[in-house]
Amino acid sequence: MNPLNLGGGPSFGRRGALLGLAGGLVAPGAAFGQASIDITTARTDPIPIAVPELAGTTPEGQRYGRDIARVIQNNLRGSALFRTVERGGFVQTPEAAAATPRFPDWKGIGAQALVTGKAEPQGDRVRVEFRLWDVLPEAQIQGTAFTAPAANWRRIAHLISDVIYERLLGEKGYFDTRVAYIAENGPRDRRTRRLAIMDQDGENHRFLTDGSFQALTPRWHPNAQQIAFMSYANNQPRVFLFNLETGRQEPLGSFAGMTLSPRFAPDGRSVILSSTRGGDANLFSVDLASRRERQITSGGGLDVSPCYSPDGAQIVFNSDRGGDQQLYVMDAGGGGPRRISFGRGRYATPVWSPRGDLIAFTRISGGQFAIGVMRPDGGGERILSEGWGMEGPTFAPNGRVLMFYRETPARDSRGNGYSARLSMIDIAGFNEKQVLTPTDASDPAWSPLLS
Amino acid sequence: MTTKLFGALAAVALLAACSSDDGAATATGAGAVAPTSSIRAGSQEDLVANVGDRVLFDTDRSTVRADQRAILERQARWLGQFPQVQVNVEGHADERGTREYNLALGQRRANSARDTLVALGVAGPRIATISFGKDRPAALGSSEDAWAQNRRAVTVVR
Repeated sequence: MNPLNLGGGPSFGRRGALLGLAGGLVAPGAAFGQASIDITTARTDPIPIAVPELAGTTPEGQRYGRDIARVIQNNLRGSALFRTVERGGFVQTPEAAAATPRFPDWKGIGAQALVTGKAEPQGDRVRVEFRLWDVLPEAQIQGTAFTAPAANWRRIAHLISDVIYERLLGEKGYFDTRVAYIAENGPRDRRTRRLAIMDQDGENHRFLTDGSFQALTPRWHPNAQQIAFMSYANNQPRVFLFNLETGRQEPLGSFAGMTLSPRFAPDGRSVILSSTRGGDANLFSVDLASRRERQITSGGGLDVSPCYSPDGAQIVFNSDRGGDQQLYVMDAGGGGPRRISFGRGRYATPVWSPRGDLIAFTRISGGQFAIGVMRPDGGGERILSEGWGMEGPTFAPNGRVLMFYRETPARDSRGNGYSARLSMIDIAGFNEKQVLTPTDASDPAWSPLLS
Repeated sequence: MTTKLFGALAAVALLAACSSDDGAATATGAGAVAPTSSIRAGSQEDLVANVGDRVLFDTDRSTVRADQRAILERQARWLGQFPQVQVNVEGHADERGTREYNLALGQRRANSARDTLVALGVAGPRIATISFGKDRPAALGSSEDAWAQNRRAVTVVR
C-alpha cells in the first residue's frame, strides 16, 4: 500500500510520514488545532462529523466510495467519540462536495467536521483521495491520497479513520489494526479452540489453526507479523510462534514442562513466558535470535501472565507467592518485585497500557469477575465492567479502548447457557459492546497499528 | 471410614458419567452395573470401576486432601499389580479463575498427585503429567457441586 501526499510529494510507507502535516494543504489555526477538542470532551460531547459517500468517476468507483464511507462511519461511531451526521435532502451531492464543499449546507445539518473525497479504480488497484474539513472556519485540515490493491480497500478506510481520529482528537487512532483471538466450538468438555484473526471491526475473519489441537492465548509481536500462543500440539502444551506471512508454526524454547502465557518484549527481540516445574511456575525470557533462555523469577509459587511496560524497563505479572493471586511489578531483570494490588479479592491477567499510564487487570471478588485499571504504582483503581465471568483484557494500541472476553454461566448440569464472547469498552468505563465473532470467542489480543 | 469414602467416590464417578456423555476414558462409572469379568484387568475401565481414577482438590489448593489420599494409595497398589501400565495424570481447575493461572494450578495439582504416587512407590518415569486448566471440565454446570468435581487430577492409562 502506498499512501501518497496530495501535494504530489513522494510516497511514504511509514505511518509517521503519512500522518505528517501535508505541506501547504493544512490550514493553520483551524478550530480543531491540537488541544481544542480532546478525548475527555468528546466522551460527553461526541464530535458531529459528516462522512458522505466518496465520489466515484465510474460505477465501480462509486461502489468503493460508498463502501469506504460506510466503514469510516462505522469506525468513528463505534468509538462513541464521534456522532455521524446524515446528509439531508438540501445538502450538496458527494460529487459536488468532492469538488468544492458548500459549507453552509454542512453547517446546516450540524456537522462540525466533513469528509470528502473520491475513489478511482486503476486496474487491480484503487486510488482514494480524501480531505478532512473544519466546517465552521471552512478550512481544510488534511488532504491525503492512498493507493492500494483493490482487495485492501478496507485498509484505506481504516487508515482514513485513523487520520480523522488523530487530526480531530490529537491522539493516534486504532482502526488500522487486527484482533487475534481463540474461536471456540462445541460442548465445554471437548471444545475445539482455534487461533483466529480478524480486522478490528470483525471483517476479514479467518482461522489460523485447524482445531486438531487446542490453541490458547495469542499475543502479537510489535511488528504485527508474528503471534506467540500456547499450543497443545502432540499433547505437549507449550508456547509456539506463528508466522503470519509464511503460516509456519514452531515451538519456542526447550523447556521440560509446560510453558504458557507468552508476551513479546516491546523491542520484539525476546518473549517472556511462564514455565512450570514441580509445584512452581517461573518466568523466563527467551531471546528470539539465539533462543537462549534466561530465568527471571524464582519466587516460589505460580508466576504467570507477565507483561512488559512499553519502555521495556519493568514487568507486571501475576503471582500467588504471597498466598493468593495478586499483581506484582519488578524490574525487567527480575529485581525488586513489589506487590501493587491491594483491593478486595484476587487479581490476575495484568496488561500494561501502550501509553504506560495504566495496568488493566481481571479481579475476582465475592463470586464476581471484573475488568479494571490501576496505575502502575497500584493507585487509582477503577472497575470498568463487572459480571459473572470475564477476563483477559487487551489494549488498543492507543491505550484508549480495551477488549476482553465475557462468559455467561451454564444454567443446567449439561452446560446449556454457557457462552464466551468478546467485548470492547472505553477505558473510561463506557461504550461497552459485544464484538461479533462467528463462534464463541476468548483470549482477544489487539494488534499494534499495521502501518 | 473406607466404606464411606468409597461411597463418596462412587457418587462422584457416577455424576461425572451422567453429566457428560464423554464416551472416552471415563465411560464406566463405579456405579455402572457391569460384570467385572468383562473389564480387562489393568485397563482404564478397571481403574475407574475398581480403584478410582481421580482425586479432588479444595479451591485454589493443590495439596492432596486427607480424604483423597486413599484413592492414590489404591492407584499405587494397582499400578504395582500392573507394572507394564503407564499413565498420564491430568490436572484441572474449576471455572472460577483466570485461564493462565488455572493452567499453572492444574499442573501443580497433577504434579502433586504424581509426587504422591511416586512417594507410594510408583516409578516416576511411568507417570506423565499435563494440565488443562479450566478448559476441560468434567461437570458442565456452573454450580458449587460442578466446581468441586472439576478441581481434580485424573489418572489416565496411556
